[in-house]
Amino acid sequence: MKVIVAVKRVVDFNVKVRPKTDGSDVELANAKMSMNPFDEIAVEEAVRLKEAGKVTEIVAVSMGVKACEETLRTALAMGADRAVHVETDAVLEPLAVAKLLKAVAEKEQPQLLILGKQAIDDDANQVGQMTAALLGWAQGTFASKVGLSSENVQVMREVDGGLETVTLNLPAVVTTDLRLNEPRFVKLPNIMAAKKKPLDKLTTADLGVDVTPRLTLVNVAEPAKRQAGVKVANVAELVAKLKSEAKVL
Amino acid sequence: MTILVIAEHDNKELKSGTLHTVTAAQKIGGDIHVLVAGNNCGAVAEAAAKLAGVSVVKVAEGAALEHGLAENIAPLVVKLAAGYSHVLAPATTYGKNLLPRVAALLDVMQISEISAVEAADTFVRPIYAGNVLATVKSNDPIKVITVRTTAFDAVGPGGSADIEKVDGGADAGLSRFDGAELTVSDRPELASARIVVSGGRALGSAEQFQAVIEPLADKLGAAVGASRAAVDAGYAPNDYQVGQTGKVVAPQLYVAVGISGAIQHLAGMKDSKVIVAINKDEEAPIFQVADYGLVGDLFSVVPELIQALGD
Ligand SMILES: Cc1cc2nc3c(=O)[nH]c(=O)nc-3n(C[C@H](O)[C@H](O)[C@H](O)COP(=O)(O)OP(=O)(O)OC[C@H]3O[C@@H](n4cnc5c(N)ncnc54)[C@H](O)[C@@H]3O)c2cc1C
Ligand SMILES: Nc1ncnc2c1ncn2[C@@H]1O[C@H](COP(=O)(O)O)[C@@H](O)[C@H]1O
Repeated sequence: MKVIVAVKRVVDFNVKVRPKTDGSDVELANAKMSMNPFDEIAVEEAVRLKEAGKVTEIVAVSMGVKACEETLRTALAMGADRAVHVETDAVLEPLAVAKLLKAVAEKEQPQLLILGKQAIDDDANQVGQMTAALLGWAQGTFASKVGLSSENVQVMREVDGGLETVTLNLPAVVTTDLRLNEPRFVKLPNIMAAKKKPLDKLTTADLGVDVTPRLTLVNVAEPAKRQAGVKVANVAELVAKLKSEAKVL
Repeated sequence: MTILVIAEHDNKELKSGTLHTVTAAQKIGGDIHVLVAGNNCGAVAEAAAKLAGVSVVKVAEGAALEHGLAENIAPLVVKLAAGYSHVLAPATTYGKNLLPRVAALLDVMQISEISAVEAADTFVRPIYAGNVLATVKSNDPIKVITVRTTAFDAVGPGGSADIEKVDGGADAGLSRFDGAELTVSDRPELASARIVVSGGRALGSAEQFQAVIEPLADKLGAAVGASRAAVDAGYAPNDYQVGQTGKVVAPQLYVAVGISGAIQHLAGMKDSKVIVAINKDEEAPIFQVADYGLVGDLFSVVPELIQALGD
Protein backbone atom coordinates (compact mmCIF):
# COMPACT_ATOMS: atom_id res chain seq x y z
CA MET A 1 0.00 0.00 0.00
CA LYS A 2 1.24 3.46 -0.88
CA VAL A 3 0.99 6.37 1.57
CA ILE A 4 1.44 10.08 0.94
CA VAL A 5 2.54 12.32 3.79
CA ALA A 6 2.19 16.10 3.51
CA VAL A 7 4.94 18.09 5.22
CA LYS A 8 5.01 21.84 5.63
CA ARG A 9 8.02 24.02 6.29
CA VAL A 10 7.10 26.40 9.11
CA VAL A 11 8.77 28.70 11.58
CA ASP A 12 10.17 26.64 14.46
CA PHE A 13 7.81 26.26 17.42
CA ASN A 14 10.30 27.95 19.75
CA VAL A 15 10.34 31.22 17.80
CA LYS A 16 8.16 34.03 19.12
CA VAL A 17 6.82 35.63 15.97
CA ARG A 18 6.14 39.37 15.78
CA PRO A 19 4.54 41.65 13.20
CA LYS A 20 6.75 43.79 10.95
CA THR A 21 6.82 47.40 12.07
CA ASP A 22 4.54 48.47 9.20
CA GLY A 23 2.02 45.75 10.12
CA SER A 24 1.97 44.39 6.57
CA ASP A 25 2.92 40.86 7.57
CA VAL A 26 4.88 38.92 10.17
CA GLU A 27 8.65 39.27 10.47
CA LEU A 28 10.25 35.98 9.48
CA ALA A 29 13.65 37.12 8.20
CA ASN A 30 16.34 34.84 9.67
CA ALA A 31 13.79 32.93 11.76
CA LYS A 32 14.62 29.28 12.36
CA MET A 33 12.45 27.03 10.18
CA SER A 34 11.49 23.39 10.81
CA MET A 35 9.07 20.73 9.74
CA ASN A 36 5.62 21.42 11.19
CA PRO A 37 5.57 19.30 14.41
CA PHE A 38 2.29 17.60 13.49
CA ASP A 39 3.82 16.58 10.16
CA GLU A 40 6.73 14.90 11.95
CA ILE A 41 4.08 12.84 13.69
CA ALA A 42 2.53 12.11 10.29
CA VAL A 43 5.84 10.92 8.82
CA GLU A 44 6.55 8.85 11.93
CA GLU A 45 3.17 7.14 11.64
CA ALA A 46 3.75 6.29 8.00
CA VAL A 47 7.19 4.88 8.80
CA ARG A 48 5.76 2.77 11.63
CA LEU A 49 3.09 1.42 9.28
CA LYS A 50 5.83 0.50 6.83
CA GLU A 51 7.89 -1.14 9.56
CA ALA A 52 4.79 -3.13 10.52
CA GLY A 53 4.58 -4.40 6.94
CA LYS A 54 1.31 -2.64 6.16
CA VAL A 55 2.73 0.00 3.87
CA THR A 56 5.15 -0.54 1.01
CA GLU A 57 5.96 2.99 -0.13
CA ILE A 58 5.94 6.41 1.52
CA VAL A 59 5.91 9.54 -0.61
CA ALA A 60 6.53 12.84 1.19
CA VAL A 61 5.04 15.93 -0.45
CA SER A 62 5.66 19.60 0.28
CA MET A 63 4.43 22.74 -1.44
CA GLY A 64 6.24 26.04 -1.37
CA VAL A 65 9.58 27.76 -1.80
CA LYS A 66 12.88 26.11 -2.76
CA ALA A 67 13.85 25.59 0.89
CA CYS A 68 11.01 23.07 1.34
CA GLU A 69 13.58 20.63 -0.07
CA GLU A 70 15.19 20.63 3.39
CA THR A 71 11.91 19.64 4.98
CA LEU A 72 11.50 16.87 2.43
CA ARG A 73 15.06 15.65 3.10
CA THR A 74 14.15 15.43 6.78
CA ALA A 75 11.12 13.31 5.89
CA LEU A 76 13.34 11.10 3.71
CA ALA A 77 15.82 10.76 6.57
CA MET A 78 12.98 9.70 8.87
CA GLY A 79 12.09 6.92 6.45
CA ALA A 80 10.07 8.23 3.51
CA ASP A 81 11.07 6.58 0.23
CA ARG A 82 10.54 9.41 -2.23
CA ALA A 83 9.73 13.08 -2.19
CA VAL A 84 7.66 15.37 -4.38
CA HIS A 85 8.21 19.10 -4.21
CA VAL A 86 5.62 21.39 -5.75
CA GLU A 87 7.87 24.42 -5.99
CA THR A 88 6.32 27.88 -5.98
CA ASP A 89 7.00 31.28 -4.44
CA ALA A 90 3.29 32.04 -4.33
CA VAL A 91 1.52 32.51 -1.00
CA LEU A 92 -0.39 29.25 -0.56
CA GLU A 93 -3.65 29.18 1.31
CA PRO A 94 -4.99 25.87 2.68
CA LEU A 95 -7.52 25.59 -0.18
CA ALA A 96 -4.73 25.87 -2.76
CA VAL A 97 -2.59 23.33 -0.89
CA ALA A 98 -5.57 20.95 -0.82
CA LYS A 99 -6.03 21.31 -4.57
CA LEU A 100 -2.34 20.63 -5.21
CA LEU A 101 -2.43 17.66 -2.88
CA LYS A 102 -5.47 16.30 -4.65
CA ALA A 103 -3.67 16.58 -7.98
CA VAL A 104 -0.62 14.78 -6.58
CA ALA A 105 -2.85 12.08 -5.09
CA GLU A 106 -4.51 11.54 -8.46
CA LYS A 107 -1.10 10.95 -10.03
CA GLU A 108 0.25 8.79 -7.25
CA GLN A 109 -2.92 6.85 -6.35
CA PRO A 110 -2.15 6.27 -2.66
CA GLN A 111 -4.54 4.44 -0.34
CA LEU A 112 -3.81 6.74 2.56
CA LEU A 113 -2.93 10.40 2.92
CA ILE A 114 -1.50 11.47 6.28
CA LEU A 115 -1.27 15.16 7.25
CA GLY A 116 -0.81 17.14 10.42
CA LYS A 117 -4.01 18.41 11.99
CA GLN A 118 -2.75 21.97 11.99
CA ALA A 119 0.16 24.01 10.72
CA ILE A 120 1.58 25.99 13.66
CA ASP A 121 2.06 29.12 11.55
CA ASP A 122 -1.39 29.78 10.06
CA ASP A 123 -3.16 27.65 12.72
CA ALA A 124 -5.75 26.92 10.03
CA ASN A 125 -6.57 23.25 10.64
CA GLN A 126 -8.07 22.86 7.17
CA VAL A 127 -5.94 21.14 4.55
CA GLY A 128 -6.68 17.52 5.51
CA GLN A 129 -10.44 18.00 5.61
CA MET A 130 -10.37 20.01 2.37
CA THR A 131 -8.28 17.43 0.54
CA ALA A 132 -10.61 14.65 1.67
CA ALA A 133 -13.57 16.68 0.39
CA LEU A 134 -12.00 17.35 -3.01
CA LEU A 135 -11.06 13.69 -3.47
CA GLY A 136 -14.42 12.48 -2.16
CA TRP A 137 -12.62 10.41 0.48
CA ALA A 138 -13.36 9.80 4.14
CA GLN A 139 -11.47 11.76 6.79
CA GLY A 140 -10.16 10.79 10.21
CA THR A 141 -9.05 14.03 11.83
CA PHE A 142 -7.11 14.60 15.09
CA ALA A 143 -5.96 10.96 15.22
CA SER A 144 -4.49 9.53 18.40
CA LYS A 145 -4.48 5.93 17.13
CA VAL A 146 -4.55 4.48 13.62
CA GLY A 147 -5.37 0.85 12.80
CA LEU A 148 -4.81 0.06 9.13
CA SER A 149 -6.04 -3.02 7.27
CA SER A 150 -6.21 -3.68 3.55
CA GLU A 151 -9.85 -2.54 3.32
CA ASN A 152 -10.17 0.23 5.85
CA VAL A 153 -8.57 2.32 8.53
CA GLN A 154 -9.83 2.68 12.06
CA VAL A 155 -9.04 6.02 13.63
CA MET A 156 -9.32 7.03 17.26
CA ARG A 157 -9.92 10.78 17.31
CA GLU A 158 -9.23 13.36 20.01
CA VAL A 159 -12.47 15.31 20.38
CA ASP A 160 -13.62 17.95 22.85
CA GLY A 161 -15.43 15.45 25.08
CA GLY A 162 -12.72 12.78 25.03
CA LEU A 163 -12.11 10.15 22.35
CA GLU A 164 -14.15 8.85 19.45
CA THR A 165 -13.52 5.98 17.04
CA VAL A 166 -14.49 5.85 13.37
CA THR A 167 -13.82 3.36 10.58
CA LEU A 168 -13.06 4.80 7.15
CA ASN A 169 -13.14 3.13 3.76
CA LEU A 170 -9.89 3.37 1.84
CA PRO A 171 -8.60 5.51 0.30
CA ALA A 172 -8.81 7.95 3.20
CA VAL A 173 -7.25 11.03 4.76
CA VAL A 174 -5.92 10.99 8.33
CA THR A 175 -4.71 14.04 10.26
CA THR A 176 -2.47 13.61 13.29
CA ASP A 177 -2.89 14.82 16.85
CA LEU A 178 -0.12 15.07 19.44
CA ARG A 179 -0.69 11.73 21.12
CA LEU A 180 -0.46 9.58 17.98
CA ASN A 181 3.24 8.83 18.42
CA GLU A 182 6.56 10.34 19.38
CA PRO A 183 8.66 11.06 16.29
CA ARG A 184 12.12 9.51 16.17
CA PHE A 185 15.35 11.46 16.07
CA VAL A 186 17.03 11.16 12.72
CA LYS A 187 20.46 9.58 12.79
CA LEU A 188 23.37 10.91 10.78
CA PRO A 189 23.70 7.86 8.46
CA ASN A 190 20.02 8.28 7.59
CA ILE A 191 20.56 11.94 6.76
CA MET A 192 23.37 10.92 4.43
CA ALA A 193 21.25 8.17 2.84
CA ALA A 194 18.35 10.60 2.39
CA LYS A 195 20.48 12.71 0.06
CA LYS A 196 20.41 9.87 -2.46
CA LYS A 197 16.66 9.29 -2.35
CA PRO A 198 14.63 10.68 -5.27
CA LEU A 199 13.13 14.16 -4.95
CA ASP A 200 10.92 15.10 -7.89
CA LYS A 201 9.88 18.62 -8.79
CA LEU A 202 6.52 19.80 -10.04
CA THR A 203 5.01 23.22 -10.60
CA THR A 204 1.49 24.41 -9.92
CA ALA A 205 1.08 24.64 -13.72
CA ASP A 206 2.11 20.98 -14.12
CA LEU A 207 -0.75 20.13 -11.80
CA GLY A 208 -3.14 22.58 -13.43
CA VAL A 209 -4.03 24.30 -10.17
CA ASP A 210 -4.87 27.98 -9.80
CA VAL A 211 -3.42 29.02 -6.45
CA THR A 212 -4.59 32.64 -6.44
CA PRO A 213 -5.37 33.59 -2.82
CA ARG A 214 -8.98 34.15 -1.82
CA LEU A 215 -8.18 36.17 1.27
CA THR A 216 -6.48 39.54 1.42
CA LEU A 217 -4.26 40.15 4.41
CA VAL A 218 -5.32 43.62 5.57
CA ASN A 219 -2.78 43.85 8.36
CA VAL A 220 -1.19 42.05 11.29
CA ALA A 221 -0.87 43.39 14.81
CA GLU A 222 0.32 42.32 18.20
CA PRO A 223 -2.45 41.42 20.65
CA ALA A 224 -2.98 43.71 23.63
CA LYS A 225 -0.34 43.10 26.29
CA ARG A 226 -1.47 42.02 29.73
CA GLN A 227 -0.68 44.43 32.58
CA ALA A 228 2.25 43.19 34.61
CA GLY A 229 1.01 41.44 37.74
CA VAL A 230 2.42 41.11 41.23
CA LYS A 231 4.04 38.37 43.24
CA VAL A 232 2.25 37.56 46.46
CA ALA A 233 4.19 36.43 49.51
CA ASN A 234 1.93 33.64 50.66
CA VAL A 235 -1.39 31.88 50.35
CA ALA A 236 -3.18 34.23 52.73
CA GLU A 237 -2.22 37.25 50.63
CA LEU A 238 -3.29 35.46 47.45
CA VAL A 239 -6.73 34.64 48.83
CA ALA A 240 -7.17 38.18 50.17
CA LYS A 241 -6.30 39.71 46.79
CA LEU A 242 -8.56 37.35 44.88
CA LYS A 243 -11.40 38.30 47.19
CA SER A 244 -11.00 42.02 47.65
CA GLU A 245 -8.98 43.22 44.65
CA ALA A 246 -9.81 40.86 41.78
CA LYS A 247 -13.23 40.01 43.24
CA VAL A 248 -13.28 36.62 41.57
CA LEU A 249 -13.94 34.58 44.72
CA MET B 1 -27.57 38.85 4.08
CA THR B 2 -28.60 35.60 5.70
CA ILE B 3 -26.23 33.64 7.90
CA LEU B 4 -26.35 29.91 8.51
CA VAL B 5 -25.01 28.76 11.88
CA ILE B 6 -24.27 25.04 12.18
CA ALA B 7 -25.42 23.88 15.61
CA GLU B 8 -23.24 21.58 17.67
CA HIS B 9 -25.15 19.09 19.80
CA ASP B 10 -25.37 15.47 20.94
CA ASN B 11 -28.97 14.99 19.71
CA LYS B 12 -30.20 15.88 23.20
CA GLU B 13 -28.61 19.18 24.11
CA LEU B 14 -27.36 22.17 22.20
CA LYS B 15 -23.66 22.70 23.01
CA SER B 16 -22.62 26.08 24.36
CA GLY B 17 -20.31 26.79 21.41
CA THR B 18 -23.39 27.36 19.28
CA LEU B 19 -24.54 30.19 21.57
CA HIS B 20 -21.25 32.03 21.12
CA THR B 21 -21.36 31.45 17.37
CA VAL B 22 -24.80 33.05 17.13
CA THR B 23 -23.37 36.16 18.80
CA ALA B 24 -20.63 36.29 16.15
CA ALA B 25 -23.38 36.04 13.53
CA GLN B 26 -25.17 38.98 15.15
CA LYS B 27 -21.96 41.01 14.89
CA ILE B 28 -21.88 40.32 11.13
CA GLY B 29 -25.53 41.37 10.89
CA GLY B 30 -28.43 40.00 8.89
CA ASP B 31 -30.95 37.22 9.28
CA ILE B 32 -29.72 34.24 11.30
CA HIS B 33 -30.74 30.65 10.58
CA VAL B 34 -29.51 27.62 12.51
CA LEU B 35 -29.04 24.14 11.05
CA VAL B 36 -29.56 21.22 13.42
CA ALA B 37 -28.35 18.05 11.69
CA GLY B 38 -28.76 14.87 13.71
CA ASN B 39 -31.14 12.11 14.60
CA ASN B 40 -34.13 12.39 16.93
CA CYS B 41 -32.87 15.83 17.77
CA GLY B 42 -36.17 17.69 18.10
CA ALA B 43 -35.27 18.95 21.57
CA VAL B 44 -32.12 20.55 20.16
CA ALA B 45 -34.10 22.30 17.44
CA GLU B 46 -36.47 23.68 20.05
CA ALA B 47 -33.59 24.94 22.15
CA ALA B 48 -32.06 26.61 19.08
CA ALA B 49 -35.39 28.23 18.22
CA LYS B 50 -35.35 30.03 21.57
CA LEU B 51 -31.99 31.75 21.00
CA ALA B 52 -32.23 35.52 20.64
CA GLY B 53 -31.89 36.70 17.06
CA VAL B 54 -32.49 33.37 15.36
CA SER B 55 -35.36 33.52 12.85
CA VAL B 56 -35.38 30.03 11.33
CA VAL B 57 -34.16 26.64 12.55
CA LYS B 58 -33.68 23.99 9.88
CA VAL B 59 -33.73 20.42 11.13
CA ALA B 60 -32.32 17.54 9.13
CA GLU B 61 -32.73 14.11 10.68
CA GLY B 62 -31.52 10.66 9.75
CA ALA B 63 -29.37 7.79 10.99
CA ALA B 64 -26.47 8.99 8.80
CA LEU B 65 -26.45 12.31 10.67
CA GLU B 66 -26.57 10.89 14.18
CA HIS B 67 -22.88 10.99 15.03
CA GLY B 68 -21.78 14.15 13.30
CA LEU B 69 -19.78 12.43 10.54
CA ALA B 70 -18.45 15.19 8.28
CA GLU B 71 -18.73 12.95 5.20
CA ASN B 72 -22.52 12.96 5.65
CA ILE B 73 -23.17 16.43 7.03
CA ALA B 74 -20.97 18.41 4.63
CA PRO B 75 -23.04 17.63 1.49
CA LEU B 76 -26.18 18.69 3.35
CA VAL B 77 -24.63 22.03 4.34
CA VAL B 78 -23.33 22.53 0.80
CA LYS B 79 -26.83 22.00 -0.60
CA LEU B 80 -28.27 24.60 1.77
CA ALA B 81 -25.36 27.05 1.44
CA ALA B 82 -26.47 28.53 -1.88
CA GLY B 83 -29.04 30.62 -0.03
CA TYR B 84 -26.59 32.13 2.46
CA SER B 85 -23.96 34.83 2.60
CA HIS B 86 -22.11 33.23 5.53
CA VAL B 87 -21.82 29.75 7.04
CA LEU B 88 -20.56 29.70 10.63
CA ALA B 89 -19.67 26.97 13.10
CA PRO B 90 -17.91 27.02 16.47
CA ALA B 91 -14.14 26.39 16.34
CA THR B 92 -14.53 23.25 18.43
CA THR B 93 -13.36 19.82 17.28
CA TYR B 94 -16.83 19.42 15.74
CA GLY B 95 -16.69 22.62 13.70
CA LYS B 96 -13.01 22.20 12.82
CA ASN B 97 -13.69 18.74 11.48
CA LEU B 98 -16.77 19.66 9.46
CA LEU B 99 -16.40 23.16 8.09
CA PRO B 100 -13.24 22.88 5.95
CA ARG B 101 -14.96 20.00 4.16
CA VAL B 102 -17.89 22.30 3.43
CA ALA B 103 -15.59 25.14 2.33
CA ALA B 104 -13.65 22.96 -0.12
CA LEU B 105 -16.84 21.61 -1.68
CA LEU B 106 -18.01 25.21 -2.13
CA ASP B 107 -14.58 26.19 -3.50
CA VAL B 108 -14.22 28.76 -0.75
CA MET B 109 -11.27 29.53 1.51
CA GLN B 110 -12.36 29.08 5.13
CA ILE B 111 -11.51 31.71 7.72
CA SER B 112 -10.52 29.77 10.82
CA GLU B 113 -11.24 30.69 14.40
CA ILE B 114 -12.15 34.36 14.13
CA SER B 115 -11.86 36.44 17.30
CA ALA B 116 -13.52 39.62 15.99
CA VAL B 117 -15.74 40.86 13.19
CA GLU B 118 -14.55 44.05 11.44
CA ALA B 119 -17.05 44.02 8.58
CA ALA B 120 -19.25 41.47 6.83
CA ASP B 121 -16.22 40.35 4.80
CA THR B 122 -13.37 41.25 7.17
CA PHE B 123 -12.37 39.35 10.28
CA VAL B 124 -9.61 39.13 12.88
CA ARG B 125 -7.99 35.80 13.67
CA PRO B 126 -5.03 34.79 15.81
CA ILE B 127 -2.08 33.12 14.05
CA TYR B 128 1.33 31.87 15.25
CA ALA B 129 -0.03 30.62 18.59
CA GLY B 130 -1.82 33.90 19.20
CA ASN B 131 1.38 35.97 19.04
CA VAL B 132 -0.08 37.85 16.10
CA LEU B 133 -3.59 38.94 15.15
CA ALA B 134 -4.26 38.93 11.42
CA THR B 135 -7.06 40.94 9.85
CA VAL B 136 -8.23 39.25 6.66
CA LYS B 137 -10.77 40.16 4.03
CA SER B 138 -12.51 37.41 2.12
CA ASN B 139 -13.14 37.75 -1.61
CA ASP B 140 -15.26 34.58 -1.81
CA PRO B 141 -18.99 34.75 -2.53
CA ILE B 142 -19.88 32.75 0.60
CA LYS B 143 -17.88 33.30 3.78
CA VAL B 144 -17.21 30.04 5.59
CA ILE B 145 -16.03 30.76 9.13
CA THR B 146 -15.24 29.01 12.39
CA VAL B 147 -15.65 31.10 15.53
CA ARG B 148 -13.40 31.22 18.60
CA THR B 149 -16.10 30.79 21.22
CA THR B 150 -14.28 32.61 24.03
CA ALA B 151 -14.11 35.78 21.94
CA PHE B 152 -17.88 36.21 21.75
CA ASP B 153 -20.44 36.13 24.59
CA ALA B 154 -23.11 33.46 24.67
CA VAL B 155 -26.39 34.65 23.18
CA GLY B 156 -29.30 34.70 25.58
CA PRO B 157 -32.83 33.37 25.22
CA GLY B 158 -35.70 35.39 23.78
CA GLY B 159 -36.18 34.05 20.26
CA SER B 160 -39.08 32.13 18.82
CA ALA B 161 -37.81 30.92 15.47
CA ASP B 162 -39.79 28.86 12.99
CA ILE B 163 -38.68 25.25 12.80
CA GLU B 164 -38.50 23.82 9.26
CA LYS B 165 -37.70 20.26 8.29
CA VAL B 166 -35.16 19.72 5.53
CA ASP B 167 -34.07 16.51 3.80
CA GLY B 168 -31.05 14.97 5.52
CA GLY B 169 -29.75 13.23 2.40
CA ALA B 170 -28.23 9.77 2.10
CA ASP B 171 -25.30 8.14 3.86
CA ALA B 172 -22.16 8.89 1.83
CA GLY B 173 -21.03 5.34 2.63
CA LEU B 174 -17.46 6.46 3.33
CA SER B 175 -17.19 6.21 7.09
CA ARG B 176 -18.77 4.62 10.13
CA PHE B 177 -18.98 5.73 13.75
CA ASP B 178 -17.80 2.95 16.07
CA GLY B 179 -18.07 4.55 19.49
CA ALA B 180 -16.86 7.19 21.89
CA GLU B 181 -15.18 7.27 25.26
CA LEU B 182 -16.25 10.57 26.69
CA THR B 183 -14.81 11.96 29.89
CA VAL B 184 -17.53 11.97 32.52
CA SER B 185 -17.36 14.67 35.11
CA ASP B 186 -19.71 16.65 37.33
CA ARG B 187 -17.51 19.69 36.94
CA PRO B 188 -18.32 22.58 34.61
CA GLU B 189 -17.33 22.30 30.96
CA LEU B 190 -13.74 23.44 30.44
CA ALA B 191 -14.43 25.75 27.49
CA SER B 192 -17.13 27.73 29.30
CA ALA B 193 -16.25 27.41 33.01
CA ARG B 194 -16.05 30.53 35.20
CA ILE B 195 -12.97 29.19 36.95
CA VAL B 196 -10.33 26.80 35.57
CA VAL B 197 -7.58 25.07 37.54
CA SER B 198 -4.86 23.59 35.33
CA GLY B 199 -1.97 21.32 36.23
CA GLY B 200 1.33 20.78 34.44
CA ARG B 201 4.21 18.39 34.25
CA ALA B 202 5.19 19.24 37.81
CA LEU B 203 2.32 17.13 39.14
CA GLY B 204 4.47 14.10 38.38
CA SER B 205 1.80 11.40 38.10
CA ALA B 206 -1.88 10.85 37.39
CA GLU B 207 -2.40 10.02 41.07
CA GLN B 208 -0.84 13.27 42.25
CA PHE B 209 -2.69 15.23 39.58
CA GLN B 210 -5.94 13.88 40.98
CA ALA B 211 -4.89 14.27 44.59
CA VAL B 212 -3.73 17.89 44.23
CA ILE B 213 -5.56 19.55 41.33
CA GLU B 214 -9.02 18.03 41.67
CA PRO B 215 -9.68 18.99 45.31
CA LEU B 216 -8.74 22.59 44.49
CA ALA B 217 -11.05 22.53 41.47
CA ASP B 218 -13.83 21.08 43.60
CA LYS B 219 -13.32 23.73 46.25
CA LEU B 220 -13.58 26.48 43.62
CA GLY B 221 -16.33 24.85 41.56
CA ALA B 222 -13.85 24.94 38.71
CA ALA B 223 -13.21 22.96 35.55
CA VAL B 224 -9.88 21.12 35.31
CA GLY B 225 -7.36 21.79 32.56
CA ALA B 226 -3.82 20.64 31.85
CA SER B 227 -0.72 21.47 29.87
CA ARG B 228 0.31 19.35 26.94
CA ALA B 229 3.14 17.89 29.00
CA ALA B 230 0.67 16.68 31.64
CA VAL B 231 -1.59 15.14 28.99
CA ASP B 232 1.25 13.52 27.07
CA ALA B 233 2.51 11.97 30.30
CA GLY B 234 -0.93 10.53 30.97
CA TYR B 235 -1.67 12.61 34.08
CA ALA B 236 -4.87 13.96 32.51
CA PRO B 237 -7.09 13.05 29.55
CA ASN B 238 -6.53 14.63 26.13
CA ASP B 239 -9.63 16.79 26.31
CA TYR B 240 -8.12 18.68 29.27
CA GLN B 241 -5.34 20.20 27.15
CA VAL B 242 -5.39 23.98 27.11
CA GLY B 243 -3.40 25.76 24.41
CA GLN B 244 -2.66 26.51 20.78
CA THR B 245 -3.48 22.99 19.73
CA GLY B 246 -5.91 22.14 22.52
CA LYS B 247 -8.77 24.14 23.99
CA VAL B 248 -8.92 27.89 24.27
CA VAL B 249 -10.37 29.12 27.56
CA ALA B 250 -11.05 32.59 28.94
CA PRO B 251 -12.52 32.15 32.40
CA GLN B 252 -12.89 34.80 35.11
CA LEU B 253 -10.11 33.03 37.01
CA TYR B 254 -7.39 30.72 35.66
CA VAL B 255 -5.08 29.00 38.13
CA ALA B 256 -1.93 27.53 36.56
CA VAL B 257 -0.25 25.03 38.86
CA GLY B 258 3.23 23.75 38.00
CA ILE B 259 3.01 25.02 34.42
CA SER B 260 6.00 26.86 32.94
CA GLY B 261 4.05 29.04 30.50
CA ALA B 262 5.24 28.01 27.03
CA ILE B 263 3.77 30.15 24.23
CA GLN B 264 1.67 27.19 23.11
CA HIS B 265 0.06 27.05 26.54
CA LEU B 266 -0.36 30.82 26.84
CA ALA B 267 -2.18 30.79 23.48
CA GLY B 268 -5.00 28.93 25.16
CA MET B 269 -5.45 30.94 28.36
CA LYS B 270 -3.97 34.43 28.14
CA ASP B 271 -7.36 36.04 27.58
CA SER B 272 -8.53 34.87 31.02
CA LYS B 273 -9.67 37.77 33.19
CA VAL B 274 -7.51 36.97 36.20
CA ILE B 275 -4.53 34.61 36.08
CA VAL B 276 -2.90 33.02 39.12
CA ALA B 277 0.34 31.10 38.76
CA ILE B 278 1.87 28.77 41.30
CA ASN B 279 5.39 27.71 40.38
CA LYS B 280 8.58 27.06 42.31
CA ASP B 281 10.73 28.76 39.71
CA GLU B 282 10.43 32.53 40.07
CA GLU B 283 11.73 32.96 36.52
CA ALA B 284 9.00 30.83 34.95
CA PRO B 285 7.46 32.66 31.95
CA ILE B 286 3.96 32.02 33.27
CA PHE B 287 4.62 34.84 35.80
CA GLN B 288 4.81 37.33 32.91
CA VAL B 289 1.11 36.90 32.25
CA ALA B 290 -0.03 36.17 35.80
CA ASP B 291 -1.89 38.84 37.77
CA TYR B 292 -0.91 37.08 40.97
CA GLY B 293 2.16 34.91 41.15
CA LEU B 294 3.04 32.69 44.07
CA VAL B 295 6.53 31.22 44.12
CA GLY B 296 6.54 27.95 45.99
CA ASP B 297 6.25 24.19 45.95
CA LEU B 298 2.81 23.30 44.69
CA PHE B 299 2.64 20.23 46.89
CA SER B 300 2.56 22.45 49.97
CA VAL B 301 0.96 25.58 48.45
CA VAL B 302 -2.12 23.95 46.96
CA PRO B 303 -3.22 22.12 50.14
CA GLU B 304 -2.68 25.37 52.04
CA LEU B 305 -4.76 27.22 49.49
CA ILE B 306 -7.60 24.71 49.81
CA GLN B 307 -7.49 25.23 53.58
CA ALA B 308 -7.44 28.99 53.28
CA LEU B 309 -10.46 28.97 51.00
CA GLY B 310 -12.43 27.55 53.94
CA ASP B 311 -15.91 26.16 53.45
C1 LIG C 1 3.16 21.56 18.02
C2 LIG C 1 3.11 21.84 19.48
C3 LIG C 1 1.88 22.09 20.04
C4 LIG C 1 1.77 22.32 21.40
N1 LIG C 1 0.54 22.58 21.91
C5 LIG C 1 0.43 22.82 23.24
C6 LIG C 1 -0.83 23.12 23.84
O1 LIG C 1 -1.87 23.20 23.15
N2 LIG C 1 -0.89 23.30 25.18
C7 LIG C 1 0.23 23.22 25.98
O2 LIG C 1 0.11 23.37 27.20
N3 LIG C 1 1.43 22.96 25.44
C8 LIG C 1 1.56 22.74 24.11
N4 LIG C 1 2.78 22.45 23.59
C9 LIG C 1 3.91 22.16 24.51
C10 LIG C 1 4.61 23.37 25.09
O3 LIG C 1 5.59 23.80 24.20
C11 LIG C 1 5.27 22.99 26.45
O4 LIG C 1 6.16 21.92 26.23
C12 LIG C 1 4.28 22.57 27.52
O5 LIG C 1 3.24 23.53 27.63
C13 LIG C 1 5.00 22.44 28.85
O6 LIG C 1 4.14 21.93 29.84
P1 LIG C 1 4.41 22.24 31.38
O7 LIG C 1 4.40 23.71 31.60
O8 LIG C 1 3.43 21.43 32.17
O9 LIG C 1 5.83 21.58 31.63
P2 LIG C 1 7.25 22.26 31.89
O10 LIG C 1 7.57 23.24 30.85
O11 LIG C 1 8.19 21.14 32.16
O12 LIG C 1 7.02 23.09 33.22
C14 LIG C 1 6.83 22.54 34.48
C15 LIG C 1 6.89 23.70 35.48
O13 LIG C 1 6.59 23.21 36.77
C16 LIG C 1 7.43 23.88 37.71
N5 LIG C 1 7.57 23.00 38.88
C17 LIG C 1 8.23 21.83 38.97
N6 LIG C 1 8.07 21.29 40.19
C18 LIG C 1 7.27 22.12 40.89
C19 LIG C 1 6.74 22.11 42.20
N7 LIG C 1 6.94 21.09 43.04
N8 LIG C 1 5.95 23.16 42.58
C20 LIG C 1 5.70 24.20 41.74
N9 LIG C 1 6.20 24.26 40.49
C21 LIG C 1 6.97 23.22 40.07
C22 LIG C 1 8.72 24.13 36.97
O14 LIG C 1 9.41 25.25 37.54
C23 LIG C 1 8.23 24.40 35.55
O15 LIG C 1 8.02 25.79 35.35
C24 LIG C 1 2.93 22.27 22.22
C25 LIG C 1 4.16 22.03 21.64
C26 LIG C 1 4.26 21.83 20.27
C27 LIG C 1 5.60 21.58 19.68
N1 LIG D 1 2.54 24.00 1.96
C1 LIG D 1 2.28 22.78 2.42
N2 LIG D 1 2.97 21.71 1.95
C2 LIG D 1 2.70 20.46 2.40
N3 LIG D 1 1.77 20.19 3.32
C3 LIG D 1 1.06 21.21 3.80
C4 LIG D 1 1.26 22.55 3.39
N4 LIG D 1 0.39 23.34 4.07
C5 LIG D 1 -0.31 22.52 4.89
N5 LIG D 1 0.09 21.24 4.73
C6 LIG D 1 -0.43 20.04 5.43
O1 LIG D 1 -1.71 20.34 5.98
C7 LIG D 1 -1.69 20.24 7.39
C8 LIG D 1 -2.66 21.23 8.00
O2 LIG D 1 -2.32 22.55 7.66
P1 LIG D 1 -3.28 23.80 7.89
O3 LIG D 1 -4.63 23.40 7.36
O4 LIG D 1 -2.66 24.91 7.12
O5 LIG D 1 -3.32 24.06 9.37
C9 LIG D 1 -0.23 20.39 7.77
O6 LIG D 1 0.04 19.78 9.02
C10 LIG D 1 0.46 19.68 6.61
O7 LIG D 1 0.40 18.27 6.78
